[in-house]
Amino acid sequence: MVESSKDKNITIHTYSEVEQVKGYVGNFDVRIRKKARSVDMSKCTGCGACSEACPHVVPSEWDLGLGTRKAIYTPFPQAVPNVPVIDRDTCRIFTKSKEKCGAACVRACVAKAVNHKQEDEIINEKFGAIVVATGYSLIPWEKHYGEYGGGRYKDVITALHFERMLQASGPTGGHVIRPSDGKEPKNVVFIQCVGSRDESKGVPYCSGICCMYTAKQAILLKEHCHDAQAYVFYIDLRATKKNYEQFVLRAQRDYGVIYTRGRVSRIYEKGGKLVVKGADTLAGMPVEVEADLVVLATAVVAQPDAADVARMLSIPHDQFVLFTEAHPKLKPVESVTRGIFLAGACQSPMDIPESVAMGSAAAAKVCGILSHTELMLDPTIAEVNTDRCSGCLACTKVCPFEAITTVEIDGRTVSNVIASVCQGCGTCAATCPASAITLKGFTNEEIYSQIEAPFKKSEKKEVAVGAPA
Amino acid sequence: MLQLNAETVHSFRDTIKRLSDEDVSRCYQCGKCTAGCPVATDMDITPNQVMRLVQINGRDRVLSSSTIWLCLSCETCSTRCPEDIDIAKVMDTLRKISVAEGFASPQASITDFHRLFLASVEKYGRLNELEFSIRHNLAMKRPTKDIGLAVTMFQKGKISPFGGKVKDRDGIKKIFAESKRFVR
Repeated sequence: MVESSKDKNITIHTYSEVEQVKGYVGNFDVRIRKKARSVDMSKCTGCGACSEACPHVVPSEWDLGLGTRKAIYTPFPQAVPNVPVIDRDTCRIFTKSKEKCGAACVRACVAKAVNHKQEDEIINEKFGAIVVATGYSLIPWEKHYGEYGGGRYKDVITALHFERMLQASGPTGGHVIRPSDGKEPKNVVFIQCVGSRDESKGVPYCSGICCMYTAKQAILLKEHCHDAQAYVFYIDLRATKKNYEQFVLRAQRDYGVIYTRGRVSRIYEKGGKLVVKGADTLAGMPVEVEADLVVLATAVVAQPDAADVARMLSIPHDQFVLFTEAHPKLKPVESVTRGIFLAGACQSPMDIPESVAMGSAAAAKVCGILSHTELMLDPTIAEVNTDRCSGCLACTKVCPFEAITTVEIDGRTVSNVIASVCQGCGTCAATCPASAITLKGFTNEEIYSQIEAPFKKSEKKEVAVGAPA
Repeated sequence: MLQLNAETVHSFRDTIKRLSDEDVSRCYQCGKCTAGCPVATDMDITPNQVMRLVQINGRDRVLSSSTIWLCLSCETCSTRCPEDIDIAKVMDTLRKISVAEGFASPQASITDFHRLFLASVEKYGRLNELEFSIRHNLAMKRPTKDIGLAVTMFQKGKISPFGGKVKDRDGIKKIFAESKRFVR
């Protein structure tokens, strides 16, 4: 992030949202809402005095509630840019709270950068290509897994909470503790596939990353707490990439992690401990562990607003709202809409190396487009016969790629296909009541003559292939 | 219900490792041992389940299973194990522990056979077939079993009332003493 922020060819818009995307490859019109952070970025030196002065403490989203932040804050120490933001939902000045702070942040700021009156800024800019890398979210397991306590037990946490605890600059200063009493846990149970591969409660697909991060966390647990013992309940171990299998074996053999094949059926509290009831399907026996801490590997799912993003960009998604690639094998980083590319877990659950590879591939694909002044297109695209077009514009409504605009010809409004946007799906041609739109290479005449050909009586009597002469 | 407990889990694995020199934690449950075992269908738990139970300290279940006694020590499993675990050797170790800790075999005739066989070898340095057969028949409470066969075998000199003894019987005693010490 820091390196990108220093590159003169890269502009980072943080705390900003893309609101509208119009146009087509090489010519996208994008409207970006740069939200009011209430701090003047050109004046702020990033000294952090405002955050220190702010008296309003709220749970930190970045630390998943394990730590706290102020109402004016930077989410984490390495954040780029190092400029704080005022959370207008909690700031006492914006919420008109009865507890007065006397604008402590304003008084603390030497650079006079804090500005509560700052407003959202709208940026309209043209772009040649778009890479969608909106990432993923995790399944809200509390809603679905009442048998794991449904969030009632403080010491049943997700892997992301555990990850925050491992972080030296995190809320616990790198110490693994039980959130309930702050004590170091001895027996830690990791449960994989919470929501993944579970059609009734979650998603049917494999989240793909949990086997490896669970093995990593089990190893790190042992390194952080030498007396601790990790137990892992899994369905299948999917360690398919380079050195992955060896890594999982290392967890088992060198770190003594006890792997048990079977899903956990229930977790309940008993005398300050969590009793985890599972099965060892390999031994063919039910098993039980008395745990101090339970870590859930929750399913990777699409961002909650992924469908809106897809609609805005005119890119398709599957039933799990994961964005669809143009071809699963040959065009894995392209979306169906030309000029829009996909990278990372917004397309499918994937780990870091795969996301990096996909991001690099998308960047290279973008360079491929931007380095040309002309683009080579598929020849099978729609074409409007302007003499026939009545201007009803039914086609503009059905086009999934928004490839049809209008033009004025001799005072008449007629449809016009943007060649670089059209994907040749043929929906418009089928819709046009006047048959004014045809798909190049698939005109009615061409299709009819193909149908007629097999039924035409040949003048020569042909001998059936394979029949005796 | 099996309580998974780190200390006992590791200690049982370690005991087996110390006694057999085989690390069962290497087993990743492919099931090839069971697939190739000629007597697996007659066992109450399969060989791969034995390996798994050793991994998670399913001590009582494994030590009281018929599997460890039905194992023929044909070593098909050991030869084919992808993790190079000598499964037959683990089975042998489990038999020793089972006897030492007084777990009754689900089939008494099997344990009796082993016990009487070894008693005979300990006594004479070799097997006294006649005495052994009689003792085993008595133990099974079927004293006349195979008695017709005995006559034929006697006539052909296959069994004799004067079973031979080896010369160095003290050496044999030492071997037995060593092996008993080994189990503890």
